Formats: sequence, structure tokens, C-alpha cells
Amino acid sequence: MGLMGFEVEIERAQNGGGVVTEDMTLNMGPQHPSTHGVLRFIVRADGEVMKSAIPDVGYLHRSIEKIAEKVGWHGFIPYTDRVDYVAAMFCNHGWALAAEKLAGIEIPKRAEYCRVIADELCRLHSHLLSVGTMAMDIGAFTPFTHAIREREYLNDLFEELCGARLTFHYMRIGGVGWDLPPGWTEKVLVFLDRFEAMIEEYNRLISYNKIFVARLANVAVVSAAEAIDYNLVGPNLRGSGVRYDVRRDDPYSIYPELDFEIPVGRGEMGTLGDSFDRYIVRMDEMKQSCRILRQAIRQIPKGPVMAKVARNFKPPAGDTYVRLESARGDMGWYVVSDGTAFPYRCKIRTGSFTGISIIEHVSHDLMIADLVAVIASLDLVAPEIDR
Amino acid sequence: MSLINTAPEMALTAKVDDLLNWTRKSSLWYMMFGLACCAIEMMQTGGPRADLERFGMAPRATPRVSDVIIVSGTLTLKMALRTKLLYDQMPEPKYAISMGSCANCGGLFQLAYSVCDGVDKVIPVDVYVPGCPPRPEALTEGLLKLQEKIQSERWLVRKTEPVGVRA
Amino acid sequence: MGCDAAQIHARLVERFGDAIGAPTGQGRDTALAVAPERIAEVARFLRDDSDLAFDCLSNLSGVDYPKLGCIQVVYHLFSYRYRHWIVLKANAQRDDPVVPTVSGIWSHADWQEREVFDLLGVRFPGHPDLRRLLMPEDWPGHPLRKDFVEPEEYHGISTSRESLLKA
Repeated sequence: MGLMGFEVEIERAQNGGGVVTEDMTLNMGPQHPSTHGVLRFIVRADGEVMKSAIPDVGYLHRSIEKIAEKVGWHGFIPYTDRVDYVAAMFCNHGWALAAEKLAGIEIPKRAEYCRVIADELCRLHSHLLSVGTMAMDIGAFTPFTHAIREREYLNDLFEELCGARLTFHYMRIGGVGWDLPPGWTEKVLVFLDRFEAMIEEYNRLISYNKIFVARLANVAVVSAAEAIDYNLVGPNLRGSGVRYDVRRDDPYSIYPELDFEIPVGRGEMGTLGDSFDRYIVRMDEMKQSCRILRQAIRQIPKGPVMAKVARNFKPPAGDTYVRLESARGDMGWYVVSDGTAFPYRCKIRTGSFTGISIIEHVSHDLMIADLVAVIASLDLVAPEIDR
Repeated sequence: MSLINTAPEMALTAKVDDLLNWTRKSSLWYMMFGLACCAIEMMQTGGPRADLERFGMAPRATPRVSDVIIVSGTLTLKMALRTKLLYDQMPEPKYAISMGSCANCGGLFQLAYSVCDGVDKVIPVDVYVPGCPPRPEALTEGLLKLQEKIQSERWLVRKTEPVGVRA
Repeated sequence: MGCDAAQIHARLVERFGDAIGAPTGQGRDTALAVAPERIAEVARFLRDDSDLAFDCLSNLSGVDYPKLGCIQVVYHLFSYRYRHWIVLKANAQRDDPVVPTVSGIWSHADWQEREVFDLLGVRFPGHPDLRRLLMPEDWPGHPLRKDFVEPEEYHGISTSRESLLKA
């Protein structure tokens, strides 16, 4: 399809012995076996070593932000699922938070607990896919099937909770759609008992495997200053050593009442801020999510799960910016209301959008094979980038 | 000299056709064309619980070695041009499964300015699997329907004119 | 430790005078209007000043206000050191919106400004590589504008689909 607007200069160099070499320009994508969605990279390489990898995005731009202006406040919630379908609960939550902040609605305590339980289960859901596909991209197919197997148990839990396996549409403006089914929390506890042992099995299988570490350690080191400059968020930021988590440092919902740690990269297998740190932060976050889930299930009060919200919801005119800690990091929702039943503007700033912008910067002097490892370690998903 | 559609319909030739179709349908290699949310469900369908490999389906990376393309997810206009290119690269006989509402007709993104409303605007589709996203069981049923379609094809046997009276 | 919006407003007015408007909104959403031609200087001051130290551009969005005749570029800034926030709003003329780039100050602005250019048509002089990000290169118009009209077809693919529900 040609380079479509890219002017790439071919460098010719005269090497020792009078041999003239030329850079290769390779096209990677938009369809390729790495399962992070439709992303395209234009790779300039001198043999196996890349000079740069320029991302070309927009192959999944579904104009979700414009659709918000057409379907109304309540009607937009299913579309928020598709903003990041791997971690859809967070997107529902973000939209609900923004709308509730604009209208000044306070939601019942039980609804907050239901939201946090759903969020943390979704974090497990997303991180499992992330580490599974990362292992598959690096070449190990077995951990991927382990991750898919665990996700099936989570899918069963979600299906019982809200009827859907992937695009949940669970949260509403003012609370959540349905109360927790009877006996569901016991099933979650049974799952957690099983799952925490599985994390250990996963670590034994892949995390400290010599080949896996060699593929990830010291690859694409991102320093803390660079991470902040490029606005990396979530596990990408914490992998570079910056201990910042929206749940702890800018808390929302009932997170102040829960006790959990924030794992940070330690440079244990290579340099601080390399791909391995970003990976191991996700594994540690899964353990912390299990901890949060147990506390939330123990503490959940009785009560209604939905506040009184008009069907013809018209928040007062104004704008707001809310953030929450999604699986891919701090997801920012800038929502403008003009007082009518339709949002005026909705802008979603996602973790993957910030992650892909750093790829061009870190791809100097990496091997072509490392590019796949970097994309996987930054946990990019195409719908978050393109929306 | 091609043998396609030349043999008369006899017990032997029909059985050969059945045998050829049975071998082809039991080993459909699909190209991983996961675009959006349905891709996750396609991965789950390939996973341990709703196993696709038991039907002989293996995921392939390039179109050159695939029999079937499972278009799973929303097709944007930017991607639609590439989809045509990829489909053209697949060798005959090739099939296309449109998985999910977005690939069938645009789904909930018909309101969007950048979405191609249905993959059948660019490539011919054999089986449409509805759902948003379709469950693994739904995708499996779509595959079984495709297998039925393949089983009923005729390659060796001459196509006969329909016998009947036109009203 | 951190400054609140009133203190940040006072520091900015002290330095930039009437390029800074009065604060609007409340709490975390308190926004300061900034004259668009001075936005780069204001941004650099906000990042480099040792008491403000806004080292992170959390969000950069564009909003189209045809009734006010402007396209508003909204900057949400955050400081990891002091953990304080500020919102800046720069109104650019709607018929030829131009806002100096801040991509030299925060690297994250590079892609955000490309998106605002792509979807709203705002030009950012000084940007290293201002081209479309999400839409195809040859797409007509800027989709997030309120008066955007969807094209009838793109490269031969029509953008509408007949409803199957019609009798």
C-alpha cells in the first residue's frame, strides 16, 4: 500500500573495504501474528539492527469520541467497553465517574464495592492476556494457553455477574447494573484460592526462564525522567521506578479503605526500566489485585446498588477531567457537557496511546525481534490507541 | 488438462468428491485476522476449553498458507483496502467467515464516520457469525456450518442442468 | 507542598500579565485561559519553574465551539514532584486555528497535537512532523468538527448500508 505519506530517506554508507550498504525499509503490519491489534510499523533497519520503527496507527479508529455526541450519556456506556475491550470495566467506570462528577451524584457504598470488585477482576483478566500474549510473541506458546485457561474461569464469573464475557456494560451512571448474584462472592474466593497458586506456577514456568529473561532484560530501557516526559502510565511508569498509582495517590471510589502495595520495577534482572521490569510489575500487580479482592468481598456492605438518576440525564454545563487506574495505567476522561442529554465532547487519554509514542524513541539500536518484545512489554492494545 | 467438473455423476466420482471435501474441511487453516474485540473471543475459542484444534484448525500468520480468513472485529475504511489485498493473496479454494456484528454489518459502529459497514463490501463472505462478540460456541457453530458448505461442494463431478419445467 | 489553582494563577499573572485570564470552574477542574500565541512560553515556564515543576502533560484535547467561533485546545498539566494540577485553555480562531506547539517541552505532546490536527484541523507551527494520525492520509475534512459531513464513499467503498429491517 506504499508508504502513504512517509518520506523515509535511504541511507547509504560506505563501509570498510568499499562495500556500499543501504538501509532496509520493512513494513510490519497491519496484519501480523503479534496479537496486539492492528498496528503498523515502518521499520528502517541496517541488517538486523533497527535504526527506527515508526508506528502508523488508525486502523481501528472507530470514531468512538464522535459517537458519544450522538448517542447520549446512558447510551454511550456500551461504546466505552470497546475503547479497551481487554479491560472494559475500567472504561465503564471512567465514563460513570465523569458523568457523576459533572452532575454531582453520589453513589451508594455497595455500588462502590461492586465496582471495585469488578475492576480488580478485570485487572486480572487484562494482565493475564497481556502476559500470555507477551510470552506467545516471544515464542513460548504454552504460557499463552495457561493464561487463556485462567481467563475462562474469569469469563464464567463475569458471565454470571453481568451476562457478558468481554464487553460487560456492567456499570451505569449512578451505580452498577445488577447486584452481585447470590453465592457469587464464594465462587470468586474459590477462584482466588486457585489463582494465587497459578501465579506461582506461571512464575516458575516462564518468569525466570533463562530465555525469557534474555529476551527482555536490558531491552528498551526507559528512565524515570523519560517515562514522565512521554507520559507513560501504569505498569510502564512503575516499571521505570516511579511509584505512582492513581488508586493510592489520587484515590477514587473506596480505595482509601483498602490495603495494598504498589509494585515498582527494581531492575532485578537487568537495568531498571527495561522490558522485564514492566513485565514483572504486572505479575506482582495480579497478586495485589487478589489481595484487594479478598478485602473488598469481606467488607462489602448491604444496600442498594444504584442511585436515583434520571433516565433523561442532563448534567449541568461544564467540563471535568477524571482519572482512574486502568489495567494499562492512568486513563483520563475529559468530558464536556453543554447541559443537554448528549455529551458535547468526550476525550479519552489512554495508557496505550502514551506507550506507543515512545516506541520511536526506544527503537534505536534494537534488533527487529526486540520490537515485538517491546510492544508486548508496553502492553499496547490498538483500540486504546485509535479509539 | 483440468479435471474440474468433468466426470459424470456416478457412485465412484461422487465418493471421491466426498473424500476430497472431507479432507479439506477437516484441516482448515485460518489466518489470524483479529481486528478488535472479536479477536479476543477467537483466541478464547482457540484455547483449551472451546478448542478449535480438534477440528483441525490451526492459526496461520500469513494469507499465503491459509484456507479461511476469519474477519473478527470492526473493519475501518483504512483497513478495508488492506483486507482486500490480504484476501487476494490467499490461494484458492478460500473461504471467509465474518465474525461478529461489526464484520457482518458495521454493528454498533454504523454511526461512525470511519467504519466500513460490513466486510462483505470488500470480500465475499461464506458464513456470517452474529454476536457482539460471539461466544466461542457460536464461532464453533459457524465453523461447522462452513464445514457443511465445504462438504456439499462438487469439484470432480460435472454440474448437471436442473431438470424441470419452467412455469 | 503543592500549589492550588489560585496560587498558580497568581504566579502566572505576575509573569505574563494579561495573557492569562481569570480562573473558571472549581476544584481540580479550575482552568486558566491563556492567549494562544503565548501558550508555549507559559508552558515552558510552568515546566521549568522550581516551585511549579509541571513535568507531565497529562492530556491535550481540542474542543470545537462553533457558537463561540473558536476551537479550544485544553491542556491538563500535572507535577509528579509536587502532585498538583492545572488546566490551561487556549482558544484558537475557528477559520484558521493556529496554536504554537508544546512538543519541545513535553514529548507526549507530539502525538496528542497530531491527533488534534487530524481530527480538528488545528495547526501547530514548530511541530516536527505534523501529519494525520488516525484518519487515512487522503481523508477529506476534519471529523470532530461539529459541521463535518461524512463523505459518501472512500476509494470505492460506500459509507452507508441499507437497513435490512426495511420491508
